[in-house]
Amino acid sequence: MKLFGYQLPAMSSLILWEIVGQLEFTFFLPPLSAKFVTLIEISTTSVFLQALAVTRYAFFVGTFSAIVIGIPVGILMGKSRLLDELLLPWVNMFLSAPLTALVPVLMVLFGFGMKSIIITTTLFAIWIIVLNSRAGVMQINRSLIEMARSFGASPKDAFFKIYLWAAPPEILGGVRIGFIRAVNGVIIGQLLISIVGFGALFELYSSNFLMKHFWAVLIVLFAIAFTIAEFLAHLERRVDYYAARR
Amino acid sequence: MNDNINDIDNAVTVRNVYKNYGEVEALRDLLLDFPRGQLTSLLGPSGCGKTTLLKIIAGLLPANSSEILVNNQPLTGPGPDRAFVFQDFALLPWANVLRNVAFGLKLLGVARSEREAIAETYIGNVGLQGFEKRYPHELSGGMRQRVGLARALSVDAEVLLLDEPFSAVDEQTRRKFQEDLLHLANNENKTFIFVTHSIEEAVYVSDQVALLLARPSRVSEIIRPEGFRHKDAGSIRRDPEYLDIVVRIWASLRTYVE
Ligand SMILES: Nc1ncnc2c1ncn2[C@@H]1O[C@H](COP(=O)(O)OP(=O)(O)OP(=O)(O)O)[C@@H](O)[C@H]1O
Ligand SMILES: [Mg+2]
Repeated sequence: MKLFGYQLPAMSSLILWEIVGQLEFTFFLPPLSAKFVTLIEISTTSVFLQALAVTRYAFFVGTFSAIVIGIPVGILMGKSRLLDELLLPWVNMFLSAPLTALVPVLMVLFGFGMKSIIITTTLFAIWIIVLNSRAGVMQINRSLIEMARSFGASPKDAFFKIYLWAAPPEILGGVRIGFIRAVNGVIIGQLLISIVGFGALFELYSSNFLMKHFWAVLIVLFAIAFTIAEFLAHLERRVDYYAARR
Repeated sequence: MNDNINDIDNAVTVRNVYKNYGEVEALRDLLLDFPRGQLTSLLGPSGCGKTTLLKIIAGLLPANSSEILVNNQPLTGPGPDRAFVFQDFALLPWANVLRNVAFGLKLLGVARSEREAIAETYIGNVGLQGFEKRYPHELSGGMRQRVGLARALSVDAEVLLLDEPFSAVDEQTRRKFQEDLLHLANNENKTFIFVTHSIEEAVYVSDQVALLLARPSRVSEIIRPEGFRHKDAGSIRRDPEYLDIVVRIWASLRTYVE
């Protein structure tokens, strides 16, 4: 953005926020600086650290399951017409479905604890990973597969030496979006099952009108999500380096 | 080489090959022998089934019915006795030249140090030394096909199947490739099955040219350009017999082009 001919830094809109906050328009928008002070204050409290640990655990277990299940399922769908026709409608449905509405059902099925949060996270992340892995396999050059077969590759060889290598740009794209969706999943899960992690923290802060605290936690979450997404985008660009030339 | 067809030892014999793609009848009752140690070209109009026949021999495509012998054994599928060179090179974009050339050996279960040593040799043979660590996208079309050729040579198959290997390279490179192929065919004791669109190319490099005509395809004529085979690469293109055969084949094919 340019203002009077000067290039403004990317996050300069935050300055506006600070000004609005300092003017004390509304308690809902405390000044940015105050939030950072609060951020440092609360980031050392045990409640916060515990919430972070719970979230991190749920997030990583959830996305890990999504990746470990999603990629092979996607690859198999890309390879097998039958499996594809069987699963694709479901994958598409779950991808666009409002999964938040499913969380209460999960709570009934899996209880009010960690298990439900992990499953919510997985459910948010997995579908796009499946779809992208499938797309990655489908765009593989047919003659690479014929080449491998002509040198005597078994289906297992073809899977590990061609499919798993040829599809990563798309797979990684799916994983990146999956991670972003997983951040949603893990937070929404905690908010709805608001007795653990950040859900409990949000509940605590918002019911006591501790807006500075509330925002500070949000900033942390935004920053984490942003960092993860940027890191994966960086990885993806590196993989694209050869993918562009396929 | 013995000229009496009946005495010739065939690396591959093809009998009664039928292949339909749904309604499309691609090959009908095809019969053709590939003498050991010789280069046979499959020449014919576009869509007549050359690739189809090559893939059937490679074991990549099932025929509707066929009696094919490779080294006097019935064909069952792909095997280490045959290696394929692809028109679009079929190189692994994520692997460097060395790994690409060694890929066939890897699938055959050759240990890493050994397969890389073999690959090095063939990379040198096709004139790519110094490019071992390059990736396919860093190479020209001609160099990529050299990689494809080195990969096929490194598994030391007796039969090399080449599907229009030079069609994606420029004309100068192509001429160089033709000379190299001629050289290779003379020096390696391998059987080459070579699909091409180019009449000149087929006559230039082949011990026998099999003419396939339009679908459903079968071999309509076998031409053995023998008079100039002993000549050096440079003077073949001026040889009267070479020019004669080119004109004769064109006369047979031209009715299918219109
Ligand atoms: N997978 C397929 N499904 C249906 N028809 C096919 C398939 N592959 C080939 N054909 C048809 O079979 C015929 C022979 O094909 P083929 O690719 O063997 O021809 P070709 O001689 O190699 O042609 P070209 O010189 O253009 O490469 C063509 O008419 C083609 O349309
Ligand atoms: Mg073809």
